[in-house]
Amino acid sequence: MTAQLERAPARAPADGGSGWSWSRRPALVALAIGALVSVVVAIGLGPVGVAPLTVIQIIGHHTIGVPGDVTWARTDDAIIWEVRLPRVLLGAIVGASLGVVGTALQALVRNPLAEPYILGVSSGASTGAAAAILFGVGAGLGAHSVSLMAFFGALGALAFVLALARSTGRITPSRMLVAGVAVSYLLSATTSLLILFAESAEGARAVMFWLLGSLANADWSTLPVGYVGMTAGMGLVFWWRRRLDLLALGDETAMASGVDPGRTRLVLVIVVALCVGLAVSLSGGIGFVGLAGPHIARRLVGPIHRHLVPAAAALGALMLVWADVVARMALQPRELPIGVVTGVLGAPVLIALVRKLPHNT
Amino acid sequence: MLAATDLHLRLGAADVLSGAHLSTRPAQVVGLIGPNGSGKSSLLRCLYGMLRPSRGAVLIDDAAIGSLPQRAVARSIAVVAQDAATDGIEITVGEFVLLGRHVHRGDHQGFTDDDRLIALDALDLVSLTGFADRNLGELSGGERQRAMIARCIAQRSPVVLLDEPTNHLDIRYQHEILALVRRLGLETIVVLHDLNLASRYCDHLALLDGGRIVHQGTPDDVLRSEVLEPVYGIEVRRLADGRHSYLAFGPVG
Repeated sequence: MTAQLERAPARAPADGGSGWSWSRRPALVALAIGALVSVVVAIGLGPVGVAPLTVIQIIGHHTIGVPGDVTWARTDDAIIWEVRLPRVLLGAIVGASLGVVGTALQALVRNPLAEPYILGVSSGASTGAAAAILFGVGAGLGAHSVSLMAFFGALGALAFVLALARSTGRITPSRMLVAGVAVSYLLSATTSLLILFAESAEGARAVMFWLLGSLANADWSTLPVGYVGMTAGMGLVFWWRRRLDLLALGDETAMASGVDPGRTRLVLVIVVALCVGLAVSLSGGIGFVGLAGPHIARRLVGPIHRHLVPAAAALGALMLVWADVVARMALQPRELPIGVVTGVLGAPVLIALVRKLPHNT
Repeated sequence: MLAATDLHLRLGAADVLSGAHLSTRPAQVVGLIGPNGSGKSSLLRCLYGMLRPSRGAVLIDDAAIGSLPQRAVARSIAVVAQDAATDGIEITVGEFVLLGRHVHRGDHQGFTDDDRLIALDALDLVSLTGFADRNLGELSGGERQRAMIARCIAQRSPVVLLDEPTNHLDIRYQHEILALVRRLGLETIVVLHDLNLASRYCDHLALLDGGRIVHQGTPDDVLRSEVLEPVYGIEVRRLADGRHSYLAFGPVG
């Protein structure tokens, strides 16, 4: 790993060594470039392959009108612009935001096993989506009724978790974890019940596919909502990067350093839940990225959130974009649920990382 | 100036504090002593807002602590707490101490070279020069405790609260740390278990028993067998070697 000294202090420490603030910029820049290149390359990959240069031309043509002349096949144009680009863009933002909120949660509850779905929000989204798919609940909401119902389900779960976690005053990590796990189980059971009562094999398959996650429903009409919401959420997490550093050191240390742990945790939990609600509404319950992304990022750039948050965003995007490529190419023409891909590919990576952790963790 | 008046605190069914009064004294080290469970740590936690007393007031320069934003409280009060989750954490000592500067910077602002120099100075003061690049989680207990004190020094707040800062330290560092705390010349409140250390390094002692300050005064005034014996429930004798006096505990021979 390359690391470089960031602004040497005016006076060198007595050991004649360096300062201590190691810039992780090279690693961060590599991750960002990797994510951007991946997006372009991944758009070209699929059952119908399109060269990266053509991909860039098609995107340029539709966005800034350059090149003006169409020199590529019309089907390529439709595949790239209507199907793959929104799909890859959705994968990038969902992956990035799962990486970032996973990072935030691990600091908030000081538990390396924390991941975005531990708050029970995704279970709420699943229950909402299952109700919409199986029983047509919320059909009056229009074409995106499943996504909307999923989002409402997520909000409901969040309200439930907060009410439980706050019932005795301020939100503490353990109270939040227990409340999240309890609500998770309750809502998962509800979803299973819905599937049983529906007695529709086709509906059950649709719900199952949704539960495992997929980017196949990406389209231009829902993408802006996802981008605005999740970018705002990630922005706030980054804005409060130092509060996360302090919260990770314990509530008393945070309090003594001017960060009210209760209030900060409450705001961040709501932000995290909204991001997860959006992500799950648009792409189902894609697992593992929110757990493994932050861990891998921490190995690459260290525990300081100034570096960790952007790294987790880039890594999450990278992971999900490539997982989606595998999902649509591995068994073509059949498509795999992306959650299966992230789980199968991610687990070995995480296990390898854990084996390298310092012995006392 | 930090002052607590008539603090009452109920945690669950237990009355942890029942009418405690305590205040800092200009440029003096106030020692908070008392047996286990007498409420020392809880009283300290009330002083910086970590616990909300159920009755009574904590004032910083005559402003109620509850009415101030936490960042303003921290600019006045630096704390070395006991709970820092530093086991296995991979933050470097330099970054950890630098976080003490957070109270002086906005959430979005980066740390300046000045902040880094202040952090380096703080490391020098606790004899951790050269440790800036080491991982906090890899330090020994004593080194870690000194890093926590360095973070508190880097915060540059006029009032300092320390919750048993000599825990995990060997005899040499117990004395070094407390001598350092004295040299800082700040308004200090320190929770101490060791009464001989309290006698040596504190200007003023407050003896807590059952959630109430039962005796206050100079060390000579408080560390007398007739004051200590009923509180600690053990025989206390005072010995002297000419310059210092010492406390010995338990029955003779």
